[in-house]
Amino acid sequence: MTVDVRADLGALSLDNPIVTASGCFASGAEIDRFYDVATLGAVVVKSITLEPREGLPPPRMAETPSGMLNAIGLQNPGIDGWLAKDLPWLQGKGVPVIVSIAGTSVDEFAEVARRLRGRAGVVGVEVNLSCPNVDHRGLVFACHPEPSADVITAVTRAVDVPVFGKLTADVTDIVSVARAVIDAGATGLSLINTLLGMAIDVESRRPTLANVLGGLSGPAIRPVAVRNVFQVHQAMPDIPIIGMGGVRTVRDVVEFLLAGASAVAVGTANFADPFAAHDLLAGLRTWMADHGVAKLSELRGAVQMPDREA
Amino acid sequence: MTTYLRSRDPNVFGRPGDGPLKVLAEVIQRRRDGAYHTITVAAPDIAERAKPGQFVNVAVEGPGTILRRPFSIHRVSSQGPIAGTIDFVLDAHGPGTAWLAERQTHDIVDVVGPLGSAFPIPQQNVPCLLVGGGYGVAPLFFLSEVLTRAGLRVDMIVGAANAERIYNAIEAKRMTASVTFTTEDGSLGVEGLVTDAMDDVIAATGTRVIYGCGPMPMLRAVSLRAKERGIPCQIAVEEHMACGVGVCWTCVIPIRSAKTGQLRMKRACIDGPVFSGTRVGWDVSRWHVPDGDAVEDVAEPGTPIEEGADE
Ligand SMILES: Cc1cc2nc3c(=O)[nH]c(=O)nc-3n(C[C@H](O)[C@H](O)[C@H](O)COP(=O)(O)OP(=O)(O)OC[C@H]3O[C@@H](n4cnc5c(N)ncnc54)[C@H](O)[C@@H]3O)c2cc1C
Ligand SMILES: Cc1cc2nc3c(=O)[nH]c(=O)nc-3n(C[C@H](O)[C@H](O)[C@H](O)COP(=O)(O)O)c2cc1C
Ligand code: FES
Repeated sequence: MTVDVRADLGALSLDNPIVTASGCFASGAEIDRFYDVATLGAVVVKSITLEPREGLPPPRMAETPSGMLNAIGLQNPGIDGWLAKDLPWLQGKGVPVIVSIAGTSVDEFAEVARRLRGRAGVVGVEVNLSCPNVDHRGLVFACHPEPSADVITAVTRAVDVPVFGKLTADVTDIVSVARAVIDAGATGLSLINTLLGMAIDVESRRPTLANVLGGLSGPAIRPVAVRNVFQVHQAMPDIPIIGMGGVRTVRDVVEFLLAGASAVAVGTANFADPFAAHDLLAGLRTWMADHGVAKLSELRGAVQMPDREA
Repeated sequence: MTTYLRSRDPNVFGRPGDGPLKVLAEVIQRRRDGAYHTITVAAPDIAERAKPGQFVNVAVEGPGTILRRPFSIHRVSSQGPIAGTIDFVLDAHGPGTAWLAERQTHDIVDVVGPLGSAFPIPQQNVPCLLVGGGYGVAPLFFLSEVLTRAGLRVDMIVGAANAERIYNAIEAKRMTASVTFTTEDGSLGVEGLVTDAMDDVIAATGTRVIYGCGPMPMLRAVSLRAKERGIPCQIAVEEHMACGVGVCWTCVIPIRSAKTGQLRMKRACIDGPVFSGTRVGWDVSRWHVPDGDAVEDVAEPGTPIEEGADE
């Protein structure tokens, strides 16, 4: 049985639904030493800021039960360095590129976005809203609907490709932030970013990370991510969602699709296995054939809810 | 599945060339060496590509673990009765290393490698000093073999907390022109640190290149001593690694650019683990010692080593 794995993300259509999670795949060249990354639906690159950043001091990671904490601090070459070096390589590969952008003010997001306008190969922009907002006492953009909407408005004005807002689950009501981001003009949503966490070395009694706090990722966060995708999809069934958080097996991919995602990003699993994303795509095709699922769209949001009357 | 198989072996995944591979490798042999475990796995394709200083990233299954564990390549065999194997040395202390230490002959382990940069080999015939601490001596065995085969003189200083933590003293003696042991408790060789033995050995052997691997404070001290003597020094560093392949940016250490003098956070897994000891920004790293024995960036006099190109 041949299966149709095309992923429909509204204005953006991908050959398949397996993409990479920002910050977990650099810009692709490192993993291309193992397999051809052009086989993926898209490469979502590590978040790029206006100026180059050296990031936070090490240790930057700690392994935790079924997950890991990271505090990288958005180390990146800056938009101009990235455009000069990483984008040409990706263009040469011919793989669709979704550029994750980050910033600490609305203006910074807008300027990074402006420099991406009209670049060949860039099929979308993912707006990493999990940064502290310098103009608002360091509060994280994605924790509040209004500043998130302001950023999305500025970015959608600056580029001519679909824009995805990437939200954090560290909020009381993710649906209200999601709605604000969509109302501001985003094509879709990326759910979820890491959850804020902490680990302490009990021998030294010191925090394990130099930065004290870090972002939790991996299988440990998957139920939270699935819940967020489900809640947002229930509230806005037509909005494309890229689901992510602890995806490691084909069953995890299908779980996100059933909750309402249209595509699935693979993050921490790339660290455990450089072939993770590649093998998930092959595995998904097999799973669909085995389960008589001809089209990916049959799975989207197809979770069977319990019968409440019974 | 469109995996790019290099060989017809269905347990080898990766591209042709000299890049890293993922191999489902059989455990051929396991030994106890003092405080350490040595594991030999069959991975001919990795063995063929590996160079001294590079490492492998091994999948483990301890409770709750999700990340691989990096280990230096201790030795490779391309010929002999069990050809195409790689050895690595374990200091079992946490869940991952404890799980690996329990692997039995014929078990299969999932190994990614070879990863990272290799020790540069001198272009001239000069005496080389290899300084190792604890399990850090492991990759220096492989390096010693390669240098010796190239006709260079190899001397070694091997240090550890105590005699039990000196890895395979007999083999270290066999493969070098001379080896000096140092232990902090004096249970073997010179009592003290590797740096306490360096001056004498350098004077006796006419060392022109120093290689180091071991704990970071030791590498800092060795780099400082080498700098004082004007001897180029290449070290293999360690930092916590999530991916080992260059995509996560967790493993960075500050490295001073040879061209601009600027400090940049470089990935130990892909830009290293081998760096020039004098280029590490010890003064801004987490291995900084406040009383200020920082190693500054200096032009290395008459370096017989071909430096890797700066980014
Ligand atoms: C390039 C490189 C080469 C290495 N070579 C060797 C070797 O030849 N022999 C050997 O015994 N050990 C080596 N190590 C250290 C070894 O990787 C760690 O001891 C091991 O990962 C600890 O895992 P664990 O689960 O037993 O312990 P835990 O301490 O519980 O590990 C928890 C987490 O911290 C990380 N971690 C802990 N200690 C270190 C460390 N020292 N360096 C990097 N990450 C660490 C682990 O990878 C894991 O993700 C090397 C490390 C690096 C970076
Ligand atoms: C080391 C690391 C770095 C990350 N960097 C970024 C980043 O730069 N921008 C971003 O939007 N998300 C970043 N993330 C979050 C991931 O894209 C993803 O949302 C999260 O890790 C959950 O997916 P996972 O459990 O599959 O990793 C990072 C995650 C990790 C583990
Ligand atoms: S360990 Fe991931 S970049 Fe080095």
